[in-house]
Amino acid sequence: MNAMTMPAPERLLDVKGLSIEIDTRRGPATIVDGINLHVNKGETLGIVGESGCGKSLTMLSLMRLLPNKIKVKSGTANFAGRDLLTMSKSELRKVRGGQVGFVFQDPMTSLNPVMRIGDQICEPLIYHKNMKRSDARIRATELLRLVGIPSPAERLDAFPHELSGGMRQRVMIAIGLACDPELLIADEPTTALDVTIQAQIVDLVKELRVKLGMSVVWITHDLALIAGLVDRVAVLYAGTVVEDAPVEELFARPSHPYTRGLLASIPKLSDVAANRLSSIGGTPPEPGRRPQGCPFAPRCQLAEDICRQSVPPLEPLGGSGPHRVACFVAQRQLEAA
Amino acid sequence: MQGEPLLKIENLVKHFNVRLGAFGERGATVHALDDVNFEIIEGETLSLVGESGCGKSTTGFTILNLHQATSGKVIYKGENIATFDDKAMRPLRRDLQIVFQDPYSTLNPRMTIGEAVGEPILFHKLCTKAELPERINRLLTDVGLPPRFAGRYPHELSGGQRQRVAIARALACEPKFIVCDEAISALDVSIQAQIINLLLDLQEKYGLTYLFIAHDLAVVRHISDRVGVMYLGRLAELATREQLFANPLHPYTKALLSAVPEADPVLEKTRHRQVLQGDVPSPLNPPTGCRFHTRCPIAQEVCAQTIPEWRQIEPGHMVACHLVPGGLHA
Repeated sequence: MNAMTMPAPERLLDVKGLSIEIDTRRGPATIVDGINLHVNKGETLGIVGESGCGKSLTMLSLMRLLPNKIKVKSGTANFAGRDLLTMSKSELRKVRGGQVGFVFQDPMTSLNPVMRIGDQICEPLIYHKNMKRSDARIRATELLRLVGIPSPAERLDAFPHELSGGMRQRVMIAIGLACDPELLIADEPTTALDVTIQAQIVDLVKELRVKLGMSVVWITHDLALIAGLVDRVAVLYAGTVVEDAPVEELFARPSHPYTRGLLASIPKLSDVAANRLSSIGGTPPEPGRRPQGCPFAPRCQLAEDICRQSVPPLEPLGGSGPHRVACFVAQRQLEAA
Repeated sequence: MQGEPLLKIENLVKHFNVRLGAFGERGATVHALDDVNFEIIEGETLSLVGESGCGKSTTGFTILNLHQATSGKVIYKGENIATFDDKAMRPLRRDLQIVFQDPYSTLNPRMTIGEAVGEPILFHKLCTKAELPERINRLLTDVGLPPRFAGRYPHELSGGQRQRVAIARALACEPKFIVCDEAISALDVSIQAQIINLLLDLQEKYGLTYLFIAHDLAVVRHISDRVGVMYLGRLAELATREQLFANPLHPYTKALLSAVPEADPVLEKTRHRQVLQGDVPSPLNPPTGCRFHTRCPIAQEVCAQTIPEWRQIEPGHMVACHLVPGGLHA
C-alpha cells in the first residue's frame, strides 16, 4: 500500500464544509459542523458514531430529506460533477433512487404497508428507467432473487406485513439497488436484525458490491460490524469527523482518543475474557450544545488547554497519507516520536 | 461453578393464547417457552442468549412470576413461586428484581428520580420517612449519580443516566436476584461499557445474583459465569463461559458464534463464516422434533422426528442435540 505511486482515485461523492442547523426555542443550534467526507469510485466507506453524532442527518441532507426544522447552513456535496445541495428539484429526483440508492434503518416504517412489494420495487424502475410494467416486474423478480429471497416470483404480490424483518430489509435493499445505482447509502441497515440475519445481509452487500461495482456508504454505530466490510472508516463525534483512515490502519493504529476509547470498550470474542471493560467516562454532548474547542475535550483524558480553546482541524497524521485525525495531542505525539 | 442454587427452574412452560385473523376469529398458541430446566447459583451471573423471539425475555418474566407459567416450577427458598398469586408474591418482590431494556419508558415521567428510587423503600417499609433522603442519596451514589439528581425528572437525564436510575430502583429494596432484561442493549457503546462495569461492581459489593438476558455474545462472554443458548422457546445448550466459547457443541451455538462480527479487519478477512440460511420459524407452529432442524446444517432424519434429550456431556455442560456424541448420566 504505497499512496505515493498510486494514481489519485476518482471521487464519486465529495462533501465539503457541510454544516447543519436545527431551529430551537433558543435560536439555531449547529448539529453538524463543517464535515468533509468523500467516497471514491468502487469504495465502501463506513461512517461510525454514537446516537446523536449527526451521521444519519449528514446522509439525509445529501438527499435533501431533512425534517422541517433542520436545515443545511453551508457546504457543498459534489456528486459526479454536480452539487446535490443546490441542484433543481427535477434534477434531484433523477438522482434519488436512480444514481443513488438509499436503504433506511427500519424496514417496518420505510416500506409502504398497503402496497405489494413488487409494485414498490417496480416504482423506481418505471420512473427512472422508463420501463414497461411487465418488464419492470421481470426485473423486480431478478432483484428479489439477487437479494436471496426464495420463490421471488410469488413474493412480488406479498404485502410487507407478510414478510419477516430480515426479508423486509432484503426488499429495502432490492429497492435501493433497483436502478443500478453508482452509490448505495445504507443507514444502519442491520441494526434491527438478529446476528445470523445480519451476517446474511452483510455477505449479500459484499457480494453485490463486487458484482455491480458500486460505491457504498455504510452508516453504523457498530465498529465490529464494519471491520470486515468497509475499505475506509470515518469516525464522527458530536457533528465532526474526528478520524478518517483505511480500515486496517484505523484498527491497528487508532489515533484519536475517542476512537481508541471506542475500540477499547467493545469486548471481543477473541480476547482473553477479563471482567471489567474499559469505558469512556461522561456522556456525549447533546446535539446543539457542543462545547467550545474540541467537542471531545470534556471527556478526554489527554485534553490540554489548547483543546478547550480551539477546534482541531482534520489533518493527515504526520503531514501526509490517507490517515487523517482531528486532534492536537495525537498530531504532536507523532511529531515527537 | 460450585455453590447453592438460588433458584431452580423445572420443566417451565409458557404458552400465550392469541387471536388471529382480521376479527380475531382464529385462536392459536405461541409456544414461547417449552420444557426449560436450569438452576441459578447464588452469586453467579447466568446469561441467556438467542435471537429475538427465542423466549429469553419470557424466561426472565416467568421466573419473576410477571407472566403466570403455563406449567412447571420455579423453586425459590423451597417453595414453588410459579403458582403464587400477586399477594403471595409481594414480600418476595423485595428479593427478586428486574431492570428493563428501555430506560426511556421504564421511569414514570411525572416522578422525580428521588421519588422513583424511594418508592420501593417505602412500599416495603425498609426505613422511616426521616431516613429516606439519606438512603436515596446512598443509592444514587452507589450507581454513580450525584445525589442532587434526586430532584430531577427523567426527561432531564441521558439514556445512560436513566439506566443508572433504573438500577438504583432495583437495588433499593436490597434484592438477592436481579433479572437484567437487555439492560444495556439500548445504550451507546461507550455508555454500555460504563453500565456493565457498574453492574459488576454492584454484584461484588452486595453479592447479587444476575440473570442477564442479552443478544450480544461478546458482552455476554465478558461478564458471565455461565451461559445458556435458547432457540425458539427451548434451551439448546448451557455451559460455563469457558466451555461454551471454547467448545460449543450445539450446531446453533456454533452458527451464532460464527455470525458475530469481530472488531478486527485482518481477522475478518481470513475468517470462515458459517452463515445460517433462512429465518427463525414461527413460534405459533414450531417445527417437530428438534426445533432447529429446519436451519441446521447437519440435520438428519431423527432430528425432525424426536425432541432431543436435555443431557449432560461433561460436568456442567448441557446440550439438547441428537448428533453430539457421548454423554454422562449423572
